[in-house]
Amino acid sequence: MGFFVAQLLTGMANAGALFLVASGLSIIFGVTRVVNFAHGSFYMLGAYIAYTLMSHLPGAIGFWSAIVLTGIAVGLIGLLVEIVVLKPIYRAPELYQLVATFGVILVIQDAVRYVWGPEDLIGPRAPGFGGVVSIFGQSVPTYDLVLIALSLVVLAALWALFNKTRIGVLIRAATQDREMVGALGVNQTLLFSAVFFLGSFLAGIGGAAQLPKGGADLTMDLNIITAVFVVVVIGGMGSIFGAFMASVLISELQVFGVQLLPQSTLVLMFVVMAIILVVRPQGLFGRPDAAVYQGNSAMVPKPLKPLGLAGKLVGAAILAFLAFIPFYGDNFLVFLFSDIIIFCLFAASLHFILGIGGMASFGHAAYYGGGAYVAALLVQYLQTPMELAIVLAPLGAGFLALIIGWFCVRLSGVYFAMLTLAFAQVVWSVVVQWTSLTGGTDGILNIWPSDWASDPSVFYYVVLVVGAGGIIALRAMAHTPFGYALRGTRDSSLRAEAIGIHVRRVQLLAFAFAGAMAGLAGALFVFAKGSIFPTELAISRSFDALIMVFFGGVQSLGGPIAGASVFTLLQDWLSDFTYWQLLLGVAIIAVVILSPRGITGLLETTGRIGDRFRTATGSNAEVAGKEAR
Amino acid sequence: MSFLVVEGLSLSFGGVRAVDDVSFTLAKGELLALIGPNGAGKSTCFNMLYGVSRPDSGSVKLDGNELVGLKPRQIWRLGVGRTFQITATFTSMTVCENVQMALLSHANRTFGIFRRAHDAYRDQAMDLLDIIGMRGQADRPTNVLAYGDLKRLELAIALANEPKLLLMDEPTAGMAQPERRSLMKLTADLVRDRGTSVLFTEHDMDVVFEHSHRLLVLNRGRVLAEGSVAEVRADPKVREIYLGGGSTYASMETNHA
Repeated sequence: MGFFVAQLLTGMANAGALFLVASGLSIIFGVTRVVNFAHGSFYMLGAYIAYTLMSHLPGAIGFWSAIVLTGIAVGLIGLLVEIVVLKPIYRAPELYQLVATFGVILVIQDAVRYVWGPEDLIGPRAPGFGGVVSIFGQSVPTYDLVLIALSLVVLAALWALFNKTRIGVLIRAATQDREMVGALGVNQTLLFSAVFFLGSFLAGIGGAAQLPKGGADLTMDLNIITAVFVVVVIGGMGSIFGAFMASVLISELQVFGVQLLPQSTLVLMFVVMAIILVVRPQGLFGRPDAAVYQGNSAMVPKPLKPLGLAGKLVGAAILAFLAFIPFYGDNFLVFLFSDIIIFCLFAASLHFILGIGGMASFGHAAYYGGGAYVAALLVQYLQTPMELAIVLAPLGAGFLALIIGWFCVRLSGVYFAMLTLAFAQVVWSVVVQWTSLTGGTDGILNIWPSDWASDPSVFYYVVLVVGAGGIIALRAMAHTPFGYALRGTRDSSLRAEAIGIHVRRVQLLAFAFAGAMAGLAGALFVFAKGSIFPTELAISRSFDALIMVFFGGVQSLGGPIAGASVFTLLQDWLSDFTYWQLLLGVAIIAVVILSPRGITGLLETTGRIGDRFRTATGSNAEVAGKEAR
Repeated sequence: MSFLVVEGLSLSFGGVRAVDDVSFTLAKGELLALIGPNGAGKSTCFNMLYGVSRPDSGSVKLDGNELVGLKPRQIWRLGVGRTFQITATFTSMTVCENVQMALLSHANRTFGIFRRAHDAYRDQAMDLLDIIGMRGQADRPTNVLAYGDLKRLELAIALANEPKLLLMDEPTAGMAQPERRSLMKLTADLVRDRGTSVLFTEHDMDVVFEHSHRLLVLNRGRVLAEGSVAEVRADPKVREIYLGGGSTYASMETNHA
């Protein structure tokens, strides 16, 4: 009994910080429809800022005022991010804003590293709450009880805010129908900023409050963000009470899961999320209408055209250039371009479902890493030759995508994104925790190409032929009736269904095909590196793919190629600097703000501005001529 | 002979009976107008005929086949074309490709991966665009079309599977008067030449009285009146409830006398 209660309280205490961060994210998403991946970074900032404040402000009053001041400081930083980064791109397609928040993650990471250094920090004890109390014979840290009380106080405060104040009512109204709120004359700009301040404030308080319990380190941001998304999705986007219940549910699940199934705690959380999303897509307390994730119809892609002569020549020139790399480059260059080709294929496979199919998968690394693991396991346990492994890996990854996709294509928009993320995390946690098969975080080593391809230059040609072949296959697929049908389901699933197209089946097969192609990229990767680790399945790898696709431009088939090339080169070039993540983050944000249609969009726009400039000067000349007469 | 037989169709949303025990028939080659004030249940009725919503009770038989329980794509394969009140087209494709897509689907080739879609069924698509007078716009992107052209394009798409029945939900909404007339003239020609049956909803009484063979009047989810144009116009219940008596009706009398 005592043990049970103690565990229960530990879970509740863990839920405290999670709830604070999740409620902030939920409020921001509800009103602005921005899926703010940088929210975990605000939480991390909260912990670091609180560390500094608490070491300067003495005593109990200092401690508690430090928490509030941290919330205000982080709230202001959130406001700054909203004004500088997000405000210029609210009109861009909604998923595009995601990429900007990825950039913010990188910038905050390095900013924190610069200010506070890379070492983990241990938080100060809370004055007067440093000890333990005995409950049913079990000792429970007093501070745990403080955290539980704090989360209840915040829940009550938020309830009062949303039900008793004008701004709270406006936020609730905007969560349901922001167009209507705008039409009623509410200043949306101000409302969005207020909401961002409030959401970041809550994340900052969350980071500050858990400092005495968990300290501060540089992995906090990504560590919490997945759990926070799970909580928000389970609770229902935009629902505060839902966020509270889901935080408790997830935290208790983890605390008791460790006791019952120590090998599968990670899997457990995502399995619960996947089940809830399949059974009740809007989450436990969400409204289905409140979170419909409409695409932005203002940016319609242009019709596809078969590649003209010029395009074919450019393609041939790129291939020729790549084929000559081993002749004039050293091994470093060969490895670099091999990476680029592999990432191009990975990005192109994501683009197939995201750009052409309109399905934003947040877990595409599951199939990339999945293919890599299929190849590695085949070599490790069955001594499969490289050639066969490269053929079987995409089949394995495609099969995995077929199973996962079967659940996912039932949902759309942000819920589709979250379910793909959840399943990818399931795959990742299975690989991490099934140590006997996969080696866990130690990975699988010594997976080398066949003897004939063991020379780096020779294997480079394998990568080039297979990688370019995969990319060409993806491109060709976009032009087939199947590719057109897929675009049709994206443009209007209503119309597609009304002319006899089986929307879900088209989406599912596209998902599986994209998964297979990602798996092919993964297989090339594993033989290029000679080893594979779970990081290739992790959420950050999925983010990389998303960044590459959006960076290059979602609406053009060349986009993912441009995005992957520039991203990989930029990463390679910047990695010489100590704070390269900061530079990369700034570069990403800059591209997003300057050209919401990515690099390819930027090229088109500059072309058009050139035209306009020419016509403008032409007409000026005419006017000048007339005036002269 | 009745081609479409609708019997006892009902659907409630919460406590509201949006459609209440609606029955009617439609013969081959008949142009039947479904009219009624806003909220009468016209669109709900349409959605049930096309498998978008499932009725609480009732049946819809097309040439003997039960449609209730089928999905829109299955109903389409039985030879039913549909145009939407708010147009739904593939905005990232050209005008011609929109029609080609429907032709590809009609040929069961949406999963084809061995040839390009760009030139598949292009000639047939052009023929359909000829019918609606849009051949000249075949290669324009759909998202730059005027609204009236989108409505016409929807008709061409709907014709791609050589439909025996066309369901047109407010086909002329948002169009200018001359465009309305030409679109409905076109539809009437199709009915005459191809023997297609058409069920359409419409708010414009000019269009309704000029082209429809028969009228069905819905009010508050129920069939209020049914019959020829003259019969419906003479019906005192229609005068009173739908046309509101007095001025509205009088102005229509003068228009169509």
